[in-house]
Amino acid sequence: MIRFLRIAGKRLLGAVPSLIGVIIVTFLLSHALPGDPAVLFAGPAADAASVAQVRAHLGLDHSLPQQFLTYIWQLAHGDLGQSLTTGQPVMTDLVQRLPASLELTLVALIFAIGVAVPLGIWAATRPNSWIDHLCRGTVTVAAAFPTFFIALLLVYVFYFLIPLAPEPVGRLNDVYFDAPTTITGFYLIDSLLEGDWQTFGGALAQIILPAISLGLFALAPIARITRAAMLQTLASDHVRTARALGLSRHRILITYALRNAMLPVVNVLGMVFSFVLGSNVLIEDVYGWPGVGAYAVKAVISSDYAAVQGFILMMAVLYILLNLVVDLLSMMVDPRVRFEG
Amino acid sequence: MSAAVMTESVPLLTVEDLVLDFRTRSGMVHVLDGISLTLDRGEILGIVGESGSGKSVLAYAMMGLLDPAAQIPRGGIRFAGRDMLTESERSLAETRGREIAMIFQSPRTALNPIRRVGAQVQDVLLRHANVSKKEARKRAIAALARVRIPDPERRFDAYPFELSGGLCQRVMIAMAMACNPYLLIADEPTTGLDVTTQAVVMDLIREQVRSSNASVVLITHDLALAGEYCDRIAVMHAGHIVEIGGTEAMLSAPKHPYTARLIGATPGGHESIRDLASIPGSLPDLRRDLPPCRFIDRCERRLDCCATDALPSVNLGADHIVRCWNPL
Repeated sequence: MIRFLRIAGKRLLGAVPSLIGVIIVTFLLSHALPGDPAVLFAGPAADAASVAQVRAHLGLDHSLPQQFLTYIWQLAHGDLGQSLTTGQPVMTDLVQRLPASLELTLVALIFAIGVAVPLGIWAATRPNSWIDHLCRGTVTVAAAFPTFFIALLLVYVFYFLIPLAPEPVGRLNDVYFDAPTTITGFYLIDSLLEGDWQTFGGALAQIILPAISLGLFALAPIARITRAAMLQTLASDHVRTARALGLSRHRILITYALRNAMLPVVNVLGMVFSFVLGSNVLIEDVYGWPGVGAYAVKAVISSDYAAVQGFILMMAVLYILLNLVVDLLSMMVDPRVRFEG
Repeated sequence: MSAAVMTESVPLLTVEDLVLDFRTRSGMVHVLDGISLTLDRGEILGIVGESGSGKSVLAYAMMGLLDPAAQIPRGGIRFAGRDMLTESERSLAETRGREIAMIFQSPRTALNPIRRVGAQVQDVLLRHANVSKKEARKRAIAALARVRIPDPERRFDAYPFELSGGLCQRVMIAMAMACNPYLLIADEPTTGLDVTTQAVVMDLIREQVRSSNASVVLITHDLALAGEYCDRIAVMHAGHIVEIGGTEAMLSAPKHPYTARLIGATPGGHESIRDLASIPGSLPDLRRDLPPCRFIDRCERRLDCCATDALPSVNLGADHIVRCWNPL
């Protein structure tokens, strides 16, 4: 356990340089955005004098290095600046919206894992059978369609044609439900913590379609890597040993093959998670989901640097944490990784 | 325990006229042809031959662990009263590990790399010995102690990568012998280990089976090793057993030209490397139609009938059998 914590700490420290790099690059990039934020902020009716006033107010009249130092100073105090479009501190915006995106991503991922891993195992135990081909076929088709198309299709079929799903109006239909008190920011968890089953049901009904649209895209890589890893471990020497000593089929499949196959699967999961988080943008628009993806797109379009910077920084931190989680999971799966660290 | 195992008159293992082909993309490969042998309780039989002679396939056939591409048009394998070729997979799985067990070369990869070695021994006991988890742990530690792994209670929690190759092979032996099987098949158990460890491992195998009156099939390409540890030796060439007999008789007076060549190619410790003979030619392509004697192209004693007549089985007495028209 101590070794575990030491490695985790080491990895976190190792992330500091990349974090500094991200801060510098995002600052430069967002200042390279086309358009003048002062003009935008001052509004269409502003004259040159008021634009200059806004510029001075935003600190945009200072030199770039000076602006950068100010930015660092504010960052150190947890201040990501003011969003020009929402008029709120960027920090507040992100804290409000991130849980929505994370919740959607996690549910999508759980759906994808729940379908893809058993599918991959099933296909690996019967290579080149009809189930193997079926698995490959569905998974390829699911990955081939663009995410937004699937999202629209699902809304069309399950809301418009067959009204099974609720209206796609975001995380919760506020005509019928009140949002649960924020504890984790995840509606599904918060409503359960409050014991409010109705709100839980409402939130669940809202998240199913967007989560499936997102998750379908993640099916292919997870199912493929599970199948490949399972095929490899099933053909390995130690599974042959287990068979030669007559261990039960179940024991061989789970303890001797699946556990060993989990290492590549965990690594791919990390990658898939970041892909899915990225494609949130497309889904959030279709389902009116109040996540960070839609927020970032709006910020880029309106040259809202602070918001863009804040978003990129947050994603970088998420990425680093995600890699840490993947590392720790690999350590749990494979003792050899533990000892290398 | 079935009755056949108890009576001394019935051999523990009988392979009778076994023919085995592999279906591959480039056609049928005739891997084994007319294999017959018997093995009594407490006996150590060596199966010797160069790579590709079919030794390992024969071992897997004895275990009932053949690849689905294998086809057996003729012959049978009986072990402890069971027909290993027709038995259901379910009952085979119960037999394996309990009555017949196998150890392999490169012990480090043969063990599950991410499972504690003690737990792997325990898995075998939990499956076959009908004991509680706690009891299985105790017996697993005892099994590790029996193969003289120092400090077995601590080593129980070790992973294979923390142990040397020799120790890993001892763990394998502990796993295989945990339920006191009647037959241990050892497939090149010392390949990849250094020479002193080889002797330790082989002594350990011999000691383990002698104490429980179990039998061993030792598969090796090392005739010297087989000569030292086996009661009888079967020499395989291209899917045939060309000669089988008592170790001493065969090594002092080999009858098949291939056996004689093998002995000539085995370093004895006295000769220099220049005195070692190599065997000219290589194994025939087993995908083709083969002559009755598959050694014919490499043999300087061949007769006209070798290419046309079916292989004879010449019994020289004392269960020494050679399959050659013109034995030495």
